[in-house]
Amino acid sequence: MTINPETVGPEAVGSAPAVQPVKRSVIGQLLRNPQGAACLAYLALVVLIAVSAPWLAPAGPNVTDLAATNAPPLTAGHPLGGDSAGRDILDRLIWGSRQTVVAVLVVVVVSVLLGVIAGLVAGFYRGRFELVASFVTDVIMSLPGIVLLIALYALTGPNIPAAMAVFGVLIAPTYYRLVRSIVLGVRNELYVDAARVVGLSDLRIVGRHVLWAVRAPVIIQSSFVMAAAIGIEAGVSFLGLGDPAGASWGIVLQTSFNAIYNNAWAVLWPALVISLTILTLVLLGNALSDVLQSSARSKLLSPRRRHALVAAADRAKKTAPVADSALVGSSDDVVLSVRDLRIGYPTAGGVDEVVHGVDLDVRRGEIHGLVGESGSGKSQIAFSTLGILPREALILGGHVLLDGEDLLADSRLMLAARGRRIGYIPQEPMSNLDPSFTIGAQLVYGLRATRPMSKGEARRRLVELLARVGITEPERVMRLYPHQISGGMAQRVLICGAVASDPDIIVADEPTTALDVTVQAEVLELLRELSRERGLAMILVTHNLGVVADLCDTVSVMKDGRIVERADVEAIFESPRQAYTQQLLSSSRRVELMEI
Amino acid sequence: MPTTERLLEVHDLVVRFPGRRGGSITVIDGVSFDLAAGETLSLVGESGSGKTTIGRAILGLAPVTDGSISFRGETISNVPRSRRRKLASDIQVVFQDPYSSLNPSMTVESILVEPLAAAGVEGGRARVRHLLDAVGLPAGAGQRYPREFSGGQRQRVAIARALALEPAVIVCDEPTSALDVTTQATVLSLFKDLQAATGVAYLFISHDLGVVNEISDRIAVLYQGRIAEIGEAHQVATRPRHEYTHRLQMAAPVADPRKQRERREQRLALLATGPHDPGIGPLARKGDT
Repeated sequence: MTINPETVGPEAVGSAPAVQPVKRSVIGQLLRNPQGAACLAYLALVVLIAVSAPWLAPAGPNVTDLAATNAPPLTAGHPLGGDSAGRDILDRLIWGSRQTVVAVLVVVVVSVLLGVIAGLVAGFYRGRFELVASFVTDVIMSLPGIVLLIALYALTGPNIPAAMAVFGVLIAPTYYRLVRSIVLGVRNELYVDAARVVGLSDLRIVGRHVLWAVRAPVIIQSSFVMAAAIGIEAGVSFLGLGDPAGASWGIVLQTSFNAIYNNAWAVLWPALVISLTILTLVLLGNALSDVLQSSARSKLLSPRRRHALVAAADRAKKTAPVADSALVGSSDDVVLSVRDLRIGYPTAGGVDEVVHGVDLDVRRGEIHGLVGESGSGKSQIAFSTLGILPREALILGGHVLLDGEDLLADSRLMLAARGRRIGYIPQEPMSNLDPSFTIGAQLVYGLRATRPMSKGEARRRLVELLARVGITEPERVMRLYPHQISGGMAQRVLICGAVASDPDIIVADEPTTALDVTVQAEVLELLRELSRERGLAMILVTHNLGVVADLCDTVSVMKDGRIVERADVEAIFESPRQAYTQQLLSSSRRVELMEI
Repeated sequence: MPTTERLLEVHDLVVRFPGRRGGSITVIDGVSFDLAAGETLSLVGESGSGKTTIGRAILGLAPVTDGSISFRGETISNVPRSRRRKLASDIQVVFQDPYSSLNPSMTVESILVEPLAAAGVEGGRARVRHLLDAVGLPAGAGQRYPREFSGGQRQRVAIARALALEPAVIVCDEPTSALDVTTQATVLSLFKDLQAATGVAYLFISHDLGVVNEISDRIAVLYQGRIAEIGEAHQVATRPRHEYTHRLQMAAPVADPRKQRERREQRLALLATGPHDPGIGPLARKGDT
């Protein structure tokens, strides 16, 4: 069961959902992002100026006009003024952009070629190449870059492309590390295994399947590398390691800086151009990572927008508010009731309602099965009784009543009930234990959070309870870390944690789905015994009708966010009324050992 | 229909993985079985039984430490990658997880064309339509991306990819365990229909004795890297000869409260009287000799 609202919907082979607007090119997506579009426009302008320098400043960067020596801005013929040699600053910046663009290209090409290729090979094949490449990377990263570039000057003289190529080598490890770590993950993906099995050559697997996965991070990284390259080029030129006869932003800055007492304005222009370009590249990198990795972040709504959506959904439904009398459970025996619960998720056009007005009553000591297939909304109901719905979920209406108090109306009531009066048993036992603490530490912490007691007292009670849930050496297990125990044992530990605070009801979300069938049978037995011993009510969310038949007293069958049928367990298996229940049952019985 | 031609023979297979501190972990410890053309043999077992590793060893995705795997009499274990690539048209795979087994950046059509292009088959695009039809997907599905499909539909795409090169054997690694029960029923039917139409053999890997009983001709039960029991499907599933199979059988809940209550009591009685270690061996039961 997934809680992703996108996957909500009936499983219907042959009627795939309507085609959504799919993939746009990176550039296309970037242009729709205002920040990205502005950055791209600026960079395009810089490149355009660099390319058309011979037309924009036909006189070249080195024409001197003695009258313009240290001229302030807005001097006739020299809009940005002149430098100490009487050269036009604007012309020099225009010509300087050529060298900047070349320098950036050299750095990116060298570092991407080296870093990405080495990262791909090392990550995909591993072995000796990876060992050597990682060692070389570590060595390069430990070198002081700028010192090396200064030393290089002694060898090559003023040669900016060579210096930039060396800088490309120095920065290649950032690509290598990035790419290698991604490839290590991708090579274990099943689609890469499938590509091997269908007979693709390694080159095609890397080219088609692996390269795609590293594409976005490399593009984002490149934007930051370009920013660094501009800074380094300017820095190297400023230190006087550039060709003094040429023009670059760094050289213009250096010349202006030397004359700062005579013409302070002249420093402003190159500094501005360099800073603005670096800033643009950094902002572009951020925009790229927004565009390319947007799915990684869920969009959270502002409280106002949430409120508006809920109100709109309420108007659309136009139901009378539930009368106060209906808020009281149907009998005194009811521990938890859910009334007219509606849950939705925000979409582009409004709200997609996934649970449409569900009612549910659980009596003391009753095990209530909530069955359905993925997307039926069964986990949504379980999560809402615990107040642990995903953050973007919207409760559009309804009540969760614990002994007559509406937990949805007051978050303090929910906080007081969760973990104390309502226990929770999750689906994945391993991911619900913290790997960095011992079993004992997390159980004690959990228990003391719900009930004030000394550590020793908590330990004593938990050891007793662990023994009760079938853990043979509870003292020893308390000292173990989660990775040292099996999945079945982890689930017993979580069950122990859930019942330790002596709750009235337990919400179990597919508690045996991740377990082996023999372990499942034991855990079901344990849940049955605990419910009987403690008069514990339970909401058991599951897709497995065998589990329902084994454990439940009452069953609610869910489909598409509604309860379609509810009856006691004997009746629902003996004489299901709804066609959907019948279909579930026959599909399920087909793959069960009915007669043995 | 199963014939007598032996397609795949696994002989004394041993798979070890490097363990901690230079040691090794034996995952498969001397497993032998064969698979006939058109037959469905299932490997059933719980986590750690090694069932998936056997499938991966046959596909060349896990190392074969000892023993041999042969296809049509020719050894295919530990062969060079070039030979392995030629086997693509003989042995194919459907993985468990239909989400991670399809590259999210490729359209369904390019996913299905890929094996054809790798094998140098002409007219790939025309075959795609035929493949989609064979697995019950609309022709328009080719232009869409995997994320636009449900789990069951994705699994159909994965089955179509496995069928593209008309293999003799498909290794199905828990192909329905990520699916809903109604979807599982339709996908199992699809597997059967395809076998009837093409005569493909399945090595079907599952943890679920019930599913395996539904689809197999024969079942091999794995326990801790060894075969506990192998035999005709219905016999293994309903009248097991091995203690461990019996426990698997008794642990599987049945969708009928009354029968389940009986089975539960039988199971508890079995555990109370039976040996502590289920790997211990043959089951002593009346009427089975």
